[in-house]
Amino acid sequence: MSKYQVNKEGYYGPFGGAYIPEMLYPNVEELQQQYLDIMADPSFQQEFEQLLRDYVGRPSPLYRANRLSEKYKTNIYLKREDLNHTGAHKINNTIGQILLAERLGKKRIIAETGAGQHGVATATVCALKGLECVVYMGEIDIKRQAPNVARMKMMGATVVAAQSGSKTLKDATNEALRDWINNPVDTHYIIGSVVGPHPYPDMVARFQSIISEETKKQLLEKTGKENPDIVMACVGGGSNAAGMFYHFLDAEDVQLIAVEAAGHGVNSGESAATTVLGKEGVLHGSRSILMQTEDGQVIEPYSISAGLDYPGIGPQHAWLFKSGRGSYVSATDDEAMQAGLLLTKLEGIIPAIESSHALAHLEKMNFKGDETVVICLSGRGDKDLDNYMNYFGF
Amino acid sequence: MQITKHANGLLSIYFTAGYPHIDSTLEIAKALEAAGADFLEIGFPYSDPVADGPTIQHSSEEALKNGMTLKVLFQQLQDLRKEVSIPVYLMGYFNPVLQFGVEAFCKACKEVGVNGTIIPDLPMYEYEALYQPIFEENGISNIFLVTPQTSEDRIRKIDKLSTGFIYLLSSNATTGKQLNIQEQSEAYFKRIQAMDLNSPLVIGFGIHNQDTFQKATQYAHGAIVGTAFVKLLREENYLAKIPEFIRGIKNKK
Repeated sequence: MSKYQVNKEGYYGPFGGAYIPEMLYPNVEELQQQYLDIMADPSFQQEFEQLLRDYVGRPSPLYRANRLSEKYKTNIYLKREDLNHTGAHKINNTIGQILLAERLGKKRIIAETGAGQHGVATATVCALKGLECVVYMGEIDIKRQAPNVARMKMMGATVVAAQSGSKTLKDATNEALRDWINNPVDTHYIIGSVVGPHPYPDMVARFQSIISEETKKQLLEKTGKENPDIVMACVGGGSNAAGMFYHFLDAEDVQLIAVEAAGHGVNSGESAATTVLGKEGVLHGSRSILMQTEDGQVIEPYSISAGLDYPGIGPQHAWLFKSGRGSYVSATDDEAMQAGLLLTKLEGIIPAIESSHALAHLEKMNFKGDETVVICLSGRGDKDLDNYMNYFGF
Repeated sequence: MQITKHANGLLSIYFTAGYPHIDSTLEIAKALEAAGADFLEIGFPYSDPVADGPTIQHSSEEALKNGMTLKVLFQQLQDLRKEVSIPVYLMGYFNPVLQFGVEAFCKACKEVGVNGTIIPDLPMYEYEALYQPIFEENGISNIFLVTPQTSEDRIRKIDKLSTGFIYLLSSNATTGKQLNIQEQSEAYFKRIQAMDLNSPLVIGFGIHNQDTFQKATQYAHGAIVGTAFVKLLREENYLAKIPEFIRGIKNKK
């Protein structure tokens, strides 16, 4: 048992747990008791693998970015989650959870979404399985992300505006939790990141662990070694990073770098750099690190990237940070946008602004020249064209 | 006034501290006692109240805007026991308590004379593993919730852990849903009644008028009105309307 994985009480060191009201207990307990058995079942594994292959398009390529490597004088590989169906790593998790929901006999699926990527990935698998789908999305985000709202509606999902609080991702999550409280029997909540009460952080990380599982095989084929020297990923809640780190956690010589969104700067008052600005706290059912006031009220984060402006991080990340296993760093809006443009010009790949944060950290690294670096390119930048256009004035 | 198994027809009122005004907490508590409420739950606000419906969410948001914090609340409650003699419970979410410090929180409760706490997102496992001695050393009763879905084993365990009362949710729902006592919920109330627990039972969620109060108190020692009362606080001259509100729920036709 890895010391970086969840223990049987649902904790990662002091983080995790299931801080939920009694109304959610039966649903969460059902998941806690069944998720590992269901996931270990051969029929589940067979269907999961088949859908990841034939529907999502896995394995996603591990691509050696030659011109980027030349610029930074090292060996950079991109794990191309951007090439998945629906354009990001999010679908790995929603495929897994829809198969789980089916086996739990659930008829109705709910989800939260910020920018809409997880909402689209959830609506997609609900269409695939013919299940009712309700997606909660902050009222402000609905206005900012019209194309993703349209995608979800085309696939038959109902998009409900979260009008409470700050009307963004954290409030959409609150509304989804309230829906689950009010529909305790027939509904499964597909959480989109490695957050929420145990077993969600572990369950989502397991579904996303396909990223590092494939990376090891692909790297072995390409370089003769299955472990890189450095692995990098962006972190909002942290699901792509959790998947990218998963099979390297116990290989202590692999350096894990997680890049948070610094927004306008860590000390600007407009940031989402949780490990720098946050303190230990409880939100959405788990104990982790959280941006909050002295009185324990949650602070609304800011980032140009809608996928990274979450006020907390998953409990496993909090533990990797606190234990020192992972390096948690940050990149500002400006650094990320420049890094996104650089990748586009050097490699012909437009990254999601989330992924651009991971790329931005390359500027701050000192490479010896012979390292193998893997960066999780978690999503494609199609959804961000407006943002890129406004920023660069194209 | 004691909340015991010998009591019946107890009426408890929930309201949010710092709403509608920052300094309305104590005046509302006094008015409720004078009007005949049997015990009180004073909510301390949180930015992300997942177990609450729109009315109590709104009161929490307003209270936060008014500047309510746990520090401010404990200052306001310094004179609580000079003014109010009925039992008082503080109700809110765990994160503000964690930031205040669980031990400091329990000590402050004891100092001002608060009887207990209701913290819905501090579940039994975490309470037992991490905090039970701190609550007990300070004589603070932590109240647990039971829903129609809670298993018998778990209810027995909750009963053992409870030192005040058990908060029986009328349905698996967020606050403010209308109670519709149907065969199903009657069967659930009867099932709990038949378990002959050690703790007194108080039913909450969806109690909003005389009819629902009477139905609930057939099966439990008391019932809690929250959302319906918080709605009253939106009205002008709400203090003057409190006696009529309490009479309207408690007095038998």
